[in-house]
Amino acid sequence: MRALLDDTYLPGYATVGAIVVVGLLLATAMLGVNRLLRPQVASRDKRTTYESGVDPVGEGWAQSTVRYYVYAFLYVIFAVDAVFLFPWALVLEQIGHAAAVEMGVFVGVLAIGLAYAWRKGVLSWT
Amino acid sequence: MSEALDVLLRCLVVLGAFLTMPLLVGQMEHKAMAHMQARVGPMAAGGFHGWAQLVADGVKFAQKESITPAAADRRVFELAPAVALVPYLVAMVAIPLGPFFGQGVLIGQDLDLGLFFVLAAMSVGVLGTLMGGLGSGNKYSYLGGMRVAAQLMSYELPMVLAAASAAMLAGTLSLVGIADAFEPWWLVVQLPGLVVFFVAGLAELQRPPFDAPLADAELVMGPLTEYGGMRFAMFLLAEYAGIVVLAALTTVLFLGGWAGPWAEQLGWAWTLLKIVGVSFLVIWARVAYPRLREDQVNVLAWKVLVPLALAQVTLTTVVVVW
Repeated sequence: MRALLDDTYLPGYATVGAIVVVGLLLATAMLGVNRLLRPQVASRDKRTTYESGVDPVGEGWAQSTVRYYVYAFLYVIFAVDAVFLFPWALVLEQIGHAAAVEMGVFVGVLAIGLAYAWRKGVLSWT
Repeated sequence: MSEALDVLLRCLVVLGAFLTMPLLVGQMEHKAMAHMQARVGPMAAGGFHGWAQLVADGVKFAQKESITPAAADRRVFELAPAVALVPYLVAMVAIPLGPFFGQGVLIGQDLDLGLFFVLAAMSVGVLGTLMGGLGSGNKYSYLGGMRVAAQLMSYELPMVLAAASAAMLAGTLSLVGIADAFEPWWLVVQLPGLVVFFVAGLAELQRPPFDAPLADAELVMGPLTEYGGMRFAMFLLAEYAGIVVLAALTTVLFLGGWAGPWAEQLGWAWTLLKIVGVSFLVIWARVAYPRLREDQVNVLAWKVLVPLALAQVTLTTVVVVW
């Protein structure tokens, strides 16, 4: 395990920083070339919202029932737990059985939670 | 100075791969899909079996007028394609291609958090589509955006769990380390994980049969309805770059990366071959399966993939410890 601020660690991420910059340059270049080559003919009709050819009715944004908000709750719970899996995955072999049992409890709690949500019927839309 | 040059060179190689591999996959999709449907696909552009079709498309896209609808949230709308595109380039930097003629592993940068990094970058890409959907001020886009969000939430979890299973077997998060540690029997032990990862990846990319957010029969083009010209082309490139990244990750995590005869010399070719193979499966899935309905999309994730992935994690734990 290399120390976090060891001399060789952070420079490894220089490439990551560079590639982000390259990516931004690429996006800028693509849109820049487009700007140089494209025609520009202003027209109000072009800027209307597409609604299958008829004049748009009302606004494009509206309040609506998000039917899957329960999934969103479940996701937040599970995803936070899933992140803990990664550091655990690295040391599993060194710690051995104890780590396995602890993760068994952890996954067991998740599985019970999922089974509960399933029985409650929140996993199917009505 | 030479270090800076080295970094620049790595970035340019990754950029080169980023600009060619998606086009290859796109052309393969044109041709493979056509032949599966008893058509011939593009034949004119470039002369030989329409090989230059996507180049011609690119030239066309570059000359198209850029239109932002008056109702759109201008900034979000115009930034969205870049948000969709750049993360896949960033993800590619950490994906290894394997030993290159005995010169060591060909990779942008071997990160010891590689797996985590690539998964994180991939999820940022989906935000671009979400921004497009919610920023367009269009009803179709809005509905599409909601579906994107649902899909992202449902499939992120099985994908991460399946990936964690690969990391557990290898005992490292470095993608080079994972591919190096590969042993053939993993193919059997990791089979459920492989399937879960691939299916969840398809859903994350909104590829058919998980293209409910785009669903052209119901939502025109979903979040992309209002896009045209270069911005649409960027979304398109992002989609195919996403396929490449998914195929490469599947290869490195589950198919052994460069494992194969003469890996020391030709490892990179094995990886590329496997990436093309997995990309072909992605295309095949599009032709073979009908689109899942929105509720089926979520049910498949939570009732099939998540339990499968949890079972895989448990199985892998048992295998590693005993």
